[in-house]
Amino acid sequence: MKILVPVKRVIDYNVKVRVKPDQSGVELANVKMAMNPFDEIAVEQALRIKEAGQADEIVLVSVGPTQSQETIRTGLAMGADRGIHIEADQETEPLSVAKCLKAVVEKEQPGLVLCGKQAIDDDSNQTGQMLSALLGWAQATFASGVELAEGTAAIIREVDGGLEHIAVKMPAVITVDLRLNEPRYASLPNIMKAKKKPIDQMSAADLGVNTTPRLKTVKVEEPAARQAGIKVGSVSELVDKLKNEAKVI
Amino acid sequence: MSILVIADHNHETILPATLNAVAAAGEISGDISVLVAGSGCGAAAKAAAEIAGVSTVLVADSSEYTNGLAENIAPLISSVASSYSHILAPATTYGKNIMPRVAALIDTVQISDIVKVVDAATFQRPIYAGNALATVSSDEAVKIITVRSTAFEPAAASGGSANIETVSATGEAGLSSFEKSELSKSERPELTSASIVVSGGRGMQDGANFVMLEKVADKLGAAVGASRAAVDAGFVPNDYQVGQTGKVVAPDLYMAVGISGAIQHLAGMKDSKVIVAINKDDEAPIFQVADYGLVADLFDAVPELDKELG
Repeated sequence: MKILVPVKRVIDYNVKVRVKPDQSGVELANVKMAMNPFDEIAVEQALRIKEAGQADEIVLVSVGPTQSQETIRTGLAMGADRGIHIEADQETEPLSVAKCLKAVVEKEQPGLVLCGKQAIDDDSNQTGQMLSALLGWAQATFASGVELAEGTAAIIREVDGGLEHIAVKMPAVITVDLRLNEPRYASLPNIMKAKKKPIDQMSAADLGVNTTPRLKTVKVEEPAARQAGIKVGSVSELVDKLKNEAKVI
Repeated sequence: MSILVIADHNHETILPATLNAVAAAGEISGDISVLVAGSGCGAAAKAAAEIAGVSTVLVADSSEYTNGLAENIAPLISSVASSYSHILAPATTYGKNIMPRVAALIDTVQISDIVKVVDAATFQRPIYAGNALATVSSDEAVKIITVRSTAFEPAAASGGSANIETVSATGEAGLSSFEKSELSKSERPELTSASIVVSGGRGMQDGANFVMLEKVADKLGAAVGASRAAVDAGFVPNDYQVGQTGKVVAPDLYMAVGISGAIQHLAGMKDSKVIVAINKDDEAPIFQVADYGLVADLFDAVPELDKELG
């Protein structure tokens, strides 16, 4: 079985983002970029499935600017086999990304798509579900447990009230949550090896997908800043302030 | 303009986040319908009909909707979508799971997690863990939207008298099946709607130490939450997590105990009215957003707080 893992290049999760003065978006120039952390978890899960002998090839795919190839290389250094880069210079929306991924799925015929539950840049949490709908496949979102069996997968999902166990028919789209696994670091030899692994290049237009955004971004602004308050000296002072000043208890 | 709100419910009652979604709908237009898809969900439908401002409740009562599986519910919603200008759902795990599937089925882009209705086509939503707010406008014929519940005051649960109409079920997709759920049982208020939340972080050191926080929470009538670090460490279950990818809360009082204040955590609680931080590290970033900070060892401060509260 082949596993397809979509990966996204985003601002590193440790970077404090800055809004551009003209309110057109956030500053991306000279900012440290990295693979979306949820996608790293998806790559790790694919590797574990392959290591367990349940998959024979892991293909990474990224839709984005040329530098997305660096993100693909990160995943190849973790151990994935090859990459596909779909060039798209402007910002892409989840629906058009899902359409690109659908075209790749039709070409590559994977038995499973594993992706992050959301990207930490636009926080949309849409692409996996959309891809699943476009393919007419089963979907398992927010997975914190994945067990594959013949033709089906047993999934534990993180939901508002706790955990939910479901079974999905394969092929399926699984979107992964934080606690599914802890992604490995790439070793130096694997980083060197990854440089030789192939990355196919194509454009969204080659796949017949129009990636022109359908939503218009009117403006992007900073949220109202919260001011630091005061330090209290003791628990009794804290309780007094909460009762008599803030009046919240 | 007419709006359909997808109810998050447990067949018996309507879950609170649905009321916030109805309130957001009310800021767009006055013509609001609510869809209750479930099985044996007559009581939930009746409750939906009593929500103030709702004119029609659509009920799809059929076995394939028992467990809220997206593959079964999304076709139902898309089958009625063309009658509406907007379809809203609360941004609960239920809404987040289903709505993008609906959007793709009707070839529409979705706007996730709105915090403000600017006008009928323009909405504000947080991006980058709430470190930026994007205002976006959409000319989609049907606007598919999820609603951040803390950003809208809930609609009144009673006072309405909507008509209840039945809609045809769309059948079992045969793609997935529900096995079981392991839901956290608690007598405490629900995290996202509690007026006081007491949360613990890595500084709690052990799951057993959460008992200290629970005692304080019970005296305050509060819910108990946690940072990602505390959940990852196995101190408490996943449904306690407050943050960018966990739950978003905005109570009157949020007490962060032993939580350093990573931006991913702040994303889930910085809209709280009053924030208290108890941490022994006076450089912890949580103090930059706290109204009242106490630099102290939580193992001294929390038992003392418990005593002070009587």
